[in-house]
Amino acid sequence: MEYIFSLEFIYLIASMTYILGLKMLGKPESARRGNLIAAAGMTIAIFGTIFLYQGEVPTFIYVLIGTAILIGTIIGWVIAKKVAMTKMPELVSLFNGMGGASAALIGLIEFEHYTGHKLSTITIVAGIIIGSISFSGSMIAWAKLNGTLNRPLRLPKYNLLNNLVIISIFVFAGFIAWSGTDSQFLLYILFFAALAYGILFVLPIGGADMPVVISLLNSFTGLAAALGGFLYGNMVMLTGGILVGSAGTILTFAMCNAMNRSLVSVIFGSFGSSEAPMAGSESQ
Amino acid sequence: MNELIDFISNNIQMIYIVILMIFVGVEIIGHVPAVLHTPLMSGANAIHGVVIIGAILVLLGVNPENYLGQALGFVAVLLGTLNVVGGFVVTDRMLEMFKKKK
Repeated sequence: MEYIFSLEFIYLIASMTYILGLKMLGKPESARRGNLIAAAGMTIAIFGTIFLYQGEVPTFIYVLIGTAILIGTIIGWVIAKKVAMTKMPELVSLFNGMGGASAALIGLIEFEHYTGHKLSTITIVAGIIIGSISFSGSMIAWAKLNGTLNRPLRLPKYNLLNNLVIISIFVFAGFIAWSGTDSQFLLYILFFAALAYGILFVLPIGGADMPVVISLLNSFTGLAAALGGFLYGNMVMLTGGILVGSAGTILTFAMCNAMNRSLVSVIFGSFGSSEAPMAGSESQ
Repeated sequence: MNELIDFISNNIQMIYIVILMIFVGVEIIGHVPAVLHTPLMSGANAIHGVVIIGAILVLLGVNPENYLGQALGFVAVLLGTLNVVGGFVVTDRMLEMFKKKK
């Protein structure tokens, strides 16, 4: 009991550091300290999860976790330190995609353990959809800022096409959740369909609008993380995820305002001002 | 319908947290100067790296015979670490740049 308390207590502290950190990031004089505070909170949450875990865990699992964290830390640190200052936004997109992929993978692995639990399955398929969209979308945004994909690429009737794809994904996800199927095959179809939608979603959007898109995908990943928290009843994932989800959404609107654009015109692709929807014939 | 009511009453604490956190998130991004938008996005990006905790829990609870699960879990922890470490380090570098300008 004492043990549960201490882990929950660590999670509580960590959640507070995220709130405080984000708050301090909003002011120039405290921004850097805010970032460090949130980082410290994340560190204790991660180590607390590993070392205070209740249950029998084979040693090689600990080795696996340790190796993954070590490799990830080295690669992440080196990339983040070495990259040129002008390349920062695309790097944010890249790391955002990693988080989305992580959330989707969690869903893929956990699916079989929750067969028959309708609400858990809904949480899992929603996590897979949002995480995958965030991953593939972020990769496209990264490629665009990178210069690899430097022109908006529009398939004919792309708004109609994209909407059809996302609706079919939701219908299909609903089918998986309600039928109570345990088919991994169907789940992987859902996973790949969501990946494809992420690509279709970002591909038509121009490079200048990418920061807004990245911010939007950022809040998606937050939501995916929160869904994971819901699945496990894990408070720190829930608070961190929801916090980023809602702050990210508001931030997306703030960025749109700063650019004098509306979110709709960014996503549905009218160039220039929001008052002159050039692609109006396609969007409606 | 019964299922929904059960769900709400069983998870009322989490629902409270979700709703309160939504308000906190909205309040935090009140009047942020436009120059801080990108660092703030980057900081938020690092925070949703908290998904790594889920990835760690997957690996801790995975069946020792489930090799696919272990492999995917390994990748998930790796990607989550990239998100966390890369996210915080990049944010720090962005803000470092700020100070020098001033």
